Amino acid sequence: MIWHSMLGQQCGFRDGDMERIYLDYGSSKPIDPRVLELVRRYLEHNYGNPSSLHSVGLEAKRALEEARAKIAELINGENERTIIFTGSATEANNLAIKGAALRNIGKGKEVAASTIEHISVLNSMKELQKNGFILNLIPVDSTGIVGLEKLDKALTKNTTVTSIMYANNEIGTIEPIREISKIVHDKGLYLHVDATAAAGYIPIDVQADGIDLLTLSSNDLYGPHGAGALYVKPGVKLQPVLLGGGQERGFRSGTENLFAIAGMGQAARIAKDEMSQEADRLKGVRDKLIKEILTIEGSYLTGHRTHRLPNHASFRFNHIEGESILLNMDMHNIQVSTGSACSSKTLEPSHVLLAIGLKHEEAHGSMVLTLGRSNKMEEIPTIVKAVEETVERLRKLSPLSK
Amino acid sequence: MDQIGYSKKVMEHFMNPRNVGTIEDPDGHGKVGNPVCGDLMEMFIKIKKEVITDIKFQTFGCGSAIATSSMVTELAKGMHVDEAMKLTRSDVASELDGLPPQKMHCSNLAADALHEAVKDYKSKKKTTGKGSKRPRKDSRQSKR
Ligand code: FES
Repeated sequence: MIWHSMLGQQCGFRDGDMERIYLDYGSSKPIDPRVLELVRRYLEHNYGNPSSLHSVGLEAKRALEEARAKIAELINGENERTIIFTGSATEANNLAIKGAALRNIGKGKEVAASTIEHISVLNSMKELQKNGFILNLIPVDSTGIVGLEKLDKALTKNTTVTSIMYANNEIGTIEPIREISKIVHDKGLYLHVDATAAAGYIPIDVQADGIDLLTLSSNDLYGPHGAGALYVKPGVKLQPVLLGGGQERGFRSGTENLFAIAGMGQAARIAKDEMSQEADRLKGVRDKLIKEILTIEGSYLTGHRTHRLPNHASFRFNHIEGESILLNMDMHNIQVSTGSACSSKTLEPSHVLLAIGLKHEEAHGSMVLTLGRSNKMEEIPTIVKAVEETVERLRKLSPLSK
Repeated sequence: MDQIGYSKKVMEHFMNPRNVGTIEDPDGHGKVGNPVCGDLMEMFIKIKKEVITDIKFQTFGCGSAIATSSMVTELAKGMHVDEAMKLTRSDVASELDGLPPQKMHCSNLAADALHEAVKDYKSKKKTTGKGSKRPRKDSRQSKR
């Protein structure tokens, strides 16, 4: 028995010589070594506060502005002043949605978002709703694409903030942002786009795309955790959520987390330089992986087949449960994620899987693979074998697969 | 956190569950769904002189659900049926060196499935008398 032989191993019951295959880059990424080098320099030497007026402070300020410029370049922002640093993408989403809705309350008290937005977007919207705003949730089709006609119908001249993500982290679907932007600007005021999962994988051009507010995360670009950014188009009216000393042009008080921000800037520069090549490479691996995994009986792709992030492959399997899949794959030293009810704190299936029309029990068997820099074509046979074994073993345990 | 905080014993039972499967002509059969997350568990028992001589399970659920059903079958084997009725979720959880708090509800499922199987046995015993063979099922099988 292969499993018995593994049990002898000390921690985690894993074979010591099994190479780790990390397929959960969507949850967290290792910091790029080139970024790490820079970050270490900042931690060791650049202890200045960008708000201080002396030379040490000035040096810090320069670093801050440099990072701003690099991030603006990644998304073709008009200038570096369009970038506001935050502590995370979640904070940037909160600032964009609450900040814009409250500042423009005179123009209307309606907001809108797709049903598959990140929880930080949906919860910000719901908080507004509790405070008297009307929230319109825009449904998506079975592949996760936002219904444009439904969007058009839902928006009114009172809609101040509409939030649609560039691409979804659980099903990989890329939204038609340019068309969405036209609809939003025909009717309402601002389009906010959460680009956390998309940035660094697909080109983003806030000017050509027609985006007013855009959220980015440092770690999703292989930068350190603890920094995020919000692009704010010149002229967009926003009020702060965090109050204090007036840093970040008053939009986000609090001393800037300089080392993380500098790292995020460097990560954005690298992403800009290497994105197209890396995306092509990952797409090749991704497509092969999807093709092979779908040969397993009772397996289905979730999300859109082609309008899909190049690093993203997500599935569901009949008759088995996602947390078990995750644990079993981890025994092969392969890390994946799932949107199953059992794996969540609330014991509810992922709202994204329900939004694309899956039934409870279908959402149960979800497995999400997000590829990154370490993944190679050569890993595919090992991955596919592990998935096959996992599905077969769990189905043998399942009363549903008789 | 290694694997959502499961103990080694939980992982061991998850990887090597005991008593998996079904029993062709069980003396008792229990089937319960987890009202919390929508999972499913089935248990089959064989009884001789009020003692559980064989037990098998099938589970559609999380790691904890699989490990707790495996543990329940291990605990119940050789037990008097009345004792089996007294097995609680905390017995199961402590045998597994504890479960994360958000996973305690899965151990309910395992204990409930066992209790259902015993109840099924008891109700059959009432209607068919001792020996607990089920003529209905036998006749159905002989048709094939
Ligand atoms: S069976 Fe669903 S959480 Fe354990």
